[in-house]
Amino acid sequence: MSTGIEKSEATGEEDALEALLADRAIAHDDHLNAPGFVVNPTDVQDVLTDLREEAGYDHLSCVTSQQYEDRYETIYHLTKFADRTDEVSVVVPTSLSNPVSQSAEPVFRTADWHEREAYDLVGIEYEDHPDLRRILLPETWQGHPLGGDYDQEKPQLVTLTEHENPIQPDHHDQESDTMFLNIGPHHPATHGVLHVKTVLDGETVVDVEPDIGYLHRCEEQMCQQGTYRHQIMPYPDRWDYVSAGLLNEWAYARAIEDMADIEVPEYAQVIRTMSAELCRIASHMLALGTFALDVYGEFTAIFQYTFRDREVVQDILEELTGQRMMFNYFRVGGVAWDLPEPREDFLEQTRDFLDELPAKVAEYNDMVTSNEIFQTRCVDTGVIDAETVKDYGCTGPVARGSGVDYDLRRDDPYGYYEDLEWDVITRDGCDNYARVLCRMQEVEESAKIIEQCVDLLEDWPEDERTVQANVPRTLKPDADTETYRAVEAAKGELGIYLRSDGTDKPGRFKIRSPCFSNLQALEEMSEGEYIPDLIASLGSLDIVLGEVDR
Amino acid sequence: MSSDDPRQTIHDSTAPSTDTRDSRIGEGVDDRFNSKLREAFGASPFILTKFDKFMNWVRGNSMFMLQFGIACCSIEMIHTYAIKHDVDRYGAGVPRASPRQADVMIVPGTIVSKFGPRMKRVYDQMPEPKFVVGMGSCTISGGPFQEGYNVVKGAEEIIPIDIHVPGCPPRPEALIYGILKLQERIQHGESAPVVVKPYELEEFGDLPEDELIQKLAGEIDEDDLVMRYNWADSP
Repeated sequence: MSTGIEKSEATGEEDALEALLADRAIAHDDHLNAPGFVVNPTDVQDVLTDLREEAGYDHLSCVTSQQYEDRYETIYHLTKFADRTDEVSVVVPTSLSNPVSQSAEPVFRTADWHEREAYDLVGIEYEDHPDLRRILLPETWQGHPLGGDYDQEKPQLVTLTEHENPIQPDHHDQESDTMFLNIGPHHPATHGVLHVKTVLDGETVVDVEPDIGYLHRCEEQMCQQGTYRHQIMPYPDRWDYVSAGLLNEWAYARAIEDMADIEVPEYAQVIRTMSAELCRIASHMLALGTFALDVYGEFTAIFQYTFRDREVVQDILEELTGQRMMFNYFRVGGVAWDLPEPREDFLEQTRDFLDELPAKVAEYNDMVTSNEIFQTRCVDTGVIDAETVKDYGCTGPVARGSGVDYDLRRDDPYGYYEDLEWDVITRDGCDNYARVLCRMQEVEESAKIIEQCVDLLEDWPEDERTVQANVPRTLKPDADTETYRAVEAAKGELGIYLRSDGTDKPGRFKIRSPCFSNLQALEEMSEGEYIPDLIASLGSLDIVLGEVDR
Repeated sequence: MSSDDPRQTIHDSTAPSTDTRDSRIGEGVDDRFNSKLREAFGASPFILTKFDKFMNWVRGNSMFMLQFGIACCSIEMIHTYAIKHDVDRYGAGVPRASPRQADVMIVPGTIVSKFGPRMKRVYDQMPEPKFVVGMGSCTISGGPFQEGYNVVKGAEEIIPIDIHVPGCPPRPEALIYGILKLQERIQHGESAPVVVKPYELEEFGDLPEDELIQKLAGEIDEDDLVMRYNWADSP
C-alpha cells in the first residue's frame, strides 16, 4: 500500500499555494511526497510565516540541508498537525561561495536545533539565528563533515574544559546568586550520554541547555555509504535502540518503497504491523521502568517488573527475527521471512503474552500511577501546552499528552493500520503524568492491534503468504528523485529524507528524529520549576540518545 | 585429637603431630604445613593463604560495577542486571552511579570524539585497582560505525580493556560470561597491559605545534586539557 503516488491529484491546493507565494516562488522542485517551491534565501521567514498563518502549515517536520556540486540547499518540510498528508517543501538554495540563508527560527521555534545541525554538518549559515554554533560535533571541530570537500583523514582536537555559568554576569546581585550544575554526560538520570547544563537559583531551575552530540556516530554518513537494497537496513535498528528497531526499519522501508515505487504484499504488511507494535510495547515498558527509577528511585519493583515484561516481548521477537534487539528483519518490499514454524506455537506464545497483559497493566496502575508519591512528582510538573508543543515540533506521546491529536498511523496511514480497530490516545494534562499515562494506554492499544494481526495471520490462506515483493537485486532510483516519508515510531514522528543521485546509494540520507525535536522543548518544561522536576521531565520525554544524536 | 578436644599445652616431642592432617587429607602429603600451634587451635577455623591472593579472591567475587550507559549495549547491560539474567548471582550486581565507588567499568557502546575525554575522565576517577569490560563491537573496533568521521575505533584507544565481549549487541549471557572471565582473571591477579598508546588528555600548550594547533591557538587556552583525535591514524 504505497501512499506517495496520489499526490499529483491535489493540484487545486497547489494552485492556491502558488497564488499565496506569488513571485516569491522562483521555481518548482517537486518531491515525491509534496510540491516543492524554491525561494530566495532572503524570503525564508516571509514565506514560512505566510504558509503557517495563511495556509495552515503549522508543523515544521524537518529541515534537511545538503550540498550539491554547485550550491547548498536547505529544505523545510512543512505539514499540518490537523492533516498530515497535506505537505509542502520549501527549498532554499544558497551559493557555494556565500552559503548564508535566513533563519526560520523566528517562525518555527523547532528550526533552532535543526539549523544548528545543518550548520554543523553541512556548513550553511543562518542569518538571524539566535545561537548558531555547533550542536553535534565538538566546538573545536574543523570542517563540515557532510559538506563537499571534507577530509576525514585530518586530525582533530577535542577539549575538556570547565563549563561556565552562562547567565552569571546578569543574574548576580546581593540577594541572589546562581549555581551552575552539570548533569551528565555520565549520569544515571540522563538515559545515556546527555549533558544538561543547568543553572540553579536555590532549588529553582533558571536556565537549562541540553548539550548533545556525545553519541553522534555518523548514522547519516553510514547510510549514505550503504546500498539501498541491503546495506542500509541494519542501521535504523541502532537509532532508537530500546528495542524499537522494527519501527525505525519501517521508516527507511517506507521511504525507499515510496521512492522506488514498490508495492509491499499485504501479508508482509500484517507481519510488519504486528512486530512493530510489539516493539512499541517493549519500548514503552522501558520508558515506564526508567521513569519510575528516575522519580522515586525504584530499582527493585517497577523497574524489574517492566524488564520482566520486556523479556517476554523480546522472546517473541527473537522467535520471529532471530535477534533480541537489532532485528534487521524488514527488507525493502517486505520482511525477511515468514513466521517461525510451527506457526501455531508462535501465535500461541504471542496470545499468551496478550492474555497476561491486562493483569500486568492493572498491576502497573496499582503500583505506579495511583501511587501518591508518584503523583506528587508528576502531576502538574513539566507542563507544556499544545501551542508550544506544535511550535517545537514535538510528536508522539509528548504531543499526545498535551492534547495534540496527532498519530501518523492514523493520519498518514501505512502498513495495515487502516484496516484495524484501535484508538489514538490523547490526554490533556500537558504534564509528566499525562505523558506517562499516555504511554501506558498506548501499550493497551498496541495489544489490540497485535491481537487483530494474530487473528489475521492465523487464518491467512497458505498459498497467499508472500513475504516479499519482487525487488530487483540492485536498486537505482532515477537521479534527483527526492522524498520525505515518516512513520510513527515509539517516540514520535520518525522521518527519512532520501535523495537519489542515480547510483545504488543515496545522495543524501537525512533522519528526522522525534527525540531530537522533543528534547529541544526541555527548557520550556523545566525553567522556573524545581530541579527534581527537571529530572522527571527528562524522564517523561523518554529520549534515546542514539536517536537524538544519530 | 580433634578440634573438639584441643591440646592444652605444648610439651613432649617438638615434632609436628599429624593426626589432624591425616584425618582430613589422608596419606601422601608432607607435614611442613602442620605445626603444634595449629594443632593447638584445631584445624577447621583456618585457611592459610597469601594476603594478596586472598585480596584477589575477595575482589573478584565482590565487584561494584559502574552504572555507565552509552549506547545500544547499555540496554542489554540493564537486562543483564535485571530479572532473568541477574548478574548479582555472581556477586557483580551492584551498579554504582559514582565512579569513585566502582571497581569495574563496562563500556557499553560507541565512543565518539566528543565523549572520549569524558570517558577518560570517568575512568581516571575510579579508584585502583580498576577493571574494564568492553561490551560490543564498537568498543573493539568501532563496530558498524568504524568508518564514521566522528567515531573512535575502539575503547582501547583511550583506556586499557581487560575483557572484550563481541556482539552487536552481545546477549546478556555473553556479557555474564565476560564478567565471569574477568572474575577469573582478577582472582589470578592478572590485569590488562596497555597495548596501544591511548589517546591522552594533555595540556594544549604541551602539544607539538602544527597547522591545527596554530589554527586553534586563539580559541583554546594554553593549560586547557585537550585530546587529539585522529581517525586516519587509528588501526
